[in-house]
Amino acid sequence: MSALTTEALTLSLGGRRVLEEVTLTLAPGRVTALLGPNGAGKSSLLACLAALRRPDSGAATLDGKDVATLPARERARRIGFLPQQADVHWDVDVRALVALGRLPWRGRGAADAADRAAVERALEATAMTALAGRPVEQLSGGERARALLARVLAGEPEWLLADEPLASLDPAHQLDVGARLRAVATAGAGVVLVVHDLNLAARLADSVVLLRAGRVVAAGDTAAVLTPEAIAATYGVAVEVGVTARGERYIVPVGRV
Amino acid sequence: MSRATLWLLLALLLAAAGSLAAGKVWVPLDAWTSADPRSIIIVELRLPRTILALIVGAALGVAGAAMQGYLRNPLADPGLFGVSSGAALGAVCALFFGYAAQAWLLPLFALAGAAATMAALALIAGRSASLVVFTLAGMVLTSLTGSLTALAISLAPTPFVASEIVTWLMGALTDRSWNDVGLALPLVTIGLAVLARTAPALDALTLGETAARSLGVEPRRLQRAIVLGVALTVGATVATAGVIGFVGLMVPHLVRPLARHRPGATLWPSALAGALLVTVADTLVRLVPSASELRLGIAMSLLGAPFFLYLLLRLRRRLA
Repeated sequence: MSALTTEALTLSLGGRRVLEEVTLTLAPGRVTALLGPNGAGKSSLLACLAALRRPDSGAATLDGKDVATLPARERARRIGFLPQQADVHWDVDVRALVALGRLPWRGRGAADAADRAAVERALEATAMTALAGRPVEQLSGGERARALLARVLAGEPEWLLADEPLASLDPAHQLDVGARLRAVATAGAGVVLVVHDLNLAARLADSVVLLRAGRVVAAGDTAAVLTPEAIAATYGVAVEVGVTARGERYIVPVGRV
Repeated sequence: MSRATLWLLLALLLAAAGSLAAGKVWVPLDAWTSADPRSIIIVELRLPRTILALIVGAALGVAGAAMQGYLRNPLADPGLFGVSSGAALGAVCALFFGYAAQAWLLPLFALAGAAATMAALALIAGRSASLVVFTLAGMVLTSLTGSLTALAISLAPTPFVASEIVTWLMGALTDRSWNDVGLALPLVTIGLAVLARTAPALDALTLGETAARSLGVEPRRLQRAIVLGVALTVGATVATAGVIGFVGLMVPHLVRPLARHRPGATLWPSALAGALLVTVADTLVRLVPSASELRLGIAMSLLGAPFFLYLLLRLRRRLA
């Protein structure tokens, strides 16, 4: 497994600087959360890592190769991307939806046994096997989120990048999808998530990157980085950090700094 | 090949046979190849007409399915890019300036019209592959070429030319020859091949543009392929049969359940169903008792407009 890095990544959108000299090394086998206030550049950074945006200068590299210049198919095989919008434009069934994740592997040919096996594994991993024949429009919000996650998992990418995969889910599904993302990292792939909820990040992520106004405020192991001081510097809020009886940290904002 | 595809193929064979037999003069099966004088009707009139109906139907069906998949809009129609009205304008120009006397000039003008609209589309949409800009550019071109066509009708040098233009705009397959088949077949074949290659990308677009790009779809390349494929198929259709609307709108809907709603898998069934629809419709218009034959383009609109309304009402219920 390979490291995903950025080197002095700078990006402007519509004349506004959204990322400024971002240099990071992301390790595989871990869940990394990108945190920061609205407009900090989290989604833009994720888009650069997935080569969906081309930086003005600097680069995102996979195994030392610029992701923007990787052949489209190779890139698609190695980097899976789960967008924030849960768009499904046609009323396909769940299995057909999940099979879309195999497109980079099968190209124009028909799906072969390996493709079908990967689809079944992804359905299994997201507990969607029983719903595989159901039209997407008949799914609940949580089931739909799981089906879309299964779509990315079916590609079995080395890196899974997801833009707020937990944002629109109720607590039960947040725990559920979070556990599946964790399992992906445990299996060796790198998982990078844009997260808004500090508590979710604290519980789920091995490492966090704090962004503010396009710059990295702090990056590293979650416990070391998510301090009240760093959160204050990033979000401009004072927080209280506590520990539950089970030893899990929680973070409560108490006011502006 | 699925069972549904086989049924479609079988229906298509029957429809083609019916199209050969039916008309003002009925030609039974045993008169097709013998020395019977009626066999000349088959070889010189009905056979090219039937083959052209198959080609036109397949072309419009696939173009419609590709456009609906690309625009992710079940109400999209090949007419939307302005390609078909551009081709019509080209043909109208040939009629207006009296060039249509040479039979091969009208289709040439129509193809030039399709190509010119396509170039204008590429120019207006520019390097951006944005769907919105692209669709709006197509709408602008459709209305521009439409008003130029209206202008040509109103300025027609003689009433005869005006009526010729109006008649031509209501597409038909009457009196088409092997020349028309020779023109349409290669262009439509290339167009269909180009569109067939977009199937995986159309499937990927089910997830929206961003996810499709992350799956390796290159939006500009896809857009070029769609424009080229639609221009070739629709341009060749308009050049040989005039404007026949609604086929590209209706057919993908009818076959979508067979393809389990996957846009890429909808393409080939749409070719079969489009060919079937146009062949059957063109046979029926010959059988309507009237002084002059009912124009296929009109028959299709009479069928298509209520279908469109039905679709709209169904979509409305689902969106409500």
